[in-house]
Amino acid sequence: MDVGIVGYGAYVPRHRIKVGEIAKVWGADAPAYEKGLMLREKSVPTPDQDTITMSVEAARHALERAGIDGSRVGAIYIGSESHPYAVKPSGTVVAEALGATPEIHCADFEFACKAGSEGMFVALSLVKAGQMDYALGIGADTSQGAPGDALEYSASAGAAAFVFGTKDIVAVCEHTYAFMTDTPDFWRREYQFYPRHAGRFTGEPAYFKHVLSCGRGLMERANMEPEDFQWAVFHQPNGKFPMRAAKELGFPKEKVEQGWLAPTLGNTYSGSSPMGLTAILDVAKPGDRIFMVSYGSGSGSDGFIWRVTDRIEAVRAMAPHTRAQLEDRPIYIDYGTYAKFRGKIRKLAD
Amino acid sequence: MIGSARYWREIPQRYRYEASKCTSCGKVFFPPRLVCSKCQGREFAQTVLAKTGTVETFTVIRVAPSGFGDEAPYAVGIVKLDDGVKITAQIVDCEPEELEVGTPVRLEFRRVQQDGESGVLCYGYKFVPRV
Repeated sequence: MDVGIVGYGAYVPRHRIKVGEIAKVWGADAPAYEKGLMLREKSVPTPDQDTITMSVEAARHALERAGIDGSRVGAIYIGSESHPYAVKPSGTVVAEALGATPEIHCADFEFACKAGSEGMFVALSLVKAGQMDYALGIGADTSQGAPGDALEYSASAGAAAFVFGTKDIVAVCEHTYAFMTDTPDFWRREYQFYPRHAGRFTGEPAYFKHVLSCGRGLMERANMEPEDFQWAVFHQPNGKFPMRAAKELGFPKEKVEQGWLAPTLGNTYSGSSPMGLTAILDVAKPGDRIFMVSYGSGSGSDGFIWRVTDRIEAVRAMAPHTRAQLEDRPIYIDYGTYAKFRGKIRKLAD
Repeated sequence: MIGSARYWREIPQRYRYEASKCTSCGKVFFPPRLVCSKCQGREFAQTVLAKTGTVETFTVIRVAPSGFGDEAPYAVGIVKLDDGVKITAQIVDCEPEELEVGTPVRLEFRRVQQDGESGVLCYGYKFVPRV
């Protein structure tokens, strides 16, 4: 029995800050960041936007495309490293907003930037096991980079949601593969506001080792080559890393560009490769195969092979396209407004 | 600041825009009422508000109440939804001076209030301009 995506949706906040605006404040070399990280600007959440609000909007788009009522969803799993509460699930709010309560399973996942694809994997697997007809997997983040830290140029906001089911499938999941080790490349301790990272250690032994191993393992298991795919999407901590990973795995740039959102979106952490997948589904043709590998520090990667069905033609216009949202009337802000929006300014208590 | 219990009671309206429709005369109430103000009917069917509409009128809040100071100046407007129901809410993702009567808007799920640094987060609807 085929199992796969029956509805998908994304949400992109409208506010943006340019890399040059951040670099100006810290006396950094903006062109070097823009060229080195292949980043031009990033999305910024307003104070009234968080993982919960963006998850609701992305999930509503996914349900519209799935053509089902929220009450038919049997589970909601939200992956994020920026759940608004330390104790209290994001999923209960999202489920209530979707009209999915009370007969539903829900859990908030954490695995740095891989939490979204973890949620997708578990939702997909529960449907595959026959436990429920539909399940929602969501990746969303409003991540923070410490002022002046390299992460500040990329940490952004966005969400992607997927309804998994067995009827009217938009993209069949043909294979999955996971690769994980204990690799301390990026972390945030309890009660700490900003994460820390191990600088250049986040590259070779962390991102590239896991993304490339997962990618190679996935193709080996599926007995497929890069030529068998029309599209590929990888986790995008910046613009540079996913392009290099694609090249090393044998995917040409043309197969990656559609889902390569980082240059103008930034790193949406748990939303990153899932949002790239939604941008690909917006244009993919029936029969196309999509190669997807996420990455989460700590570290691990989830791999998926999706095969697009005829159904895609009927559903993609039912909700806003991801790149259309990215390009829709962006509101550019200065660093002062950005610092206020992100709670970086120390104030007196109300 | 609204308390947890009141916030919880209003979840169907704040999260899902649930309204009641008088089964006798068809008038829609948001939030729901027990007696229809038009025909005094007492039977209602549950309905959900339209998600899009146009700005009927608005004002710009420059001296904000406690808890909203960081948002000033911000717009609050009455929006006529496509189903004819008029509701009041903040209008965000725009500069207040860009707004006009007749601006097309849609509902979005947003954080509406928060009880200080450690209290409950309150979610609900706001309007955003649409193309």
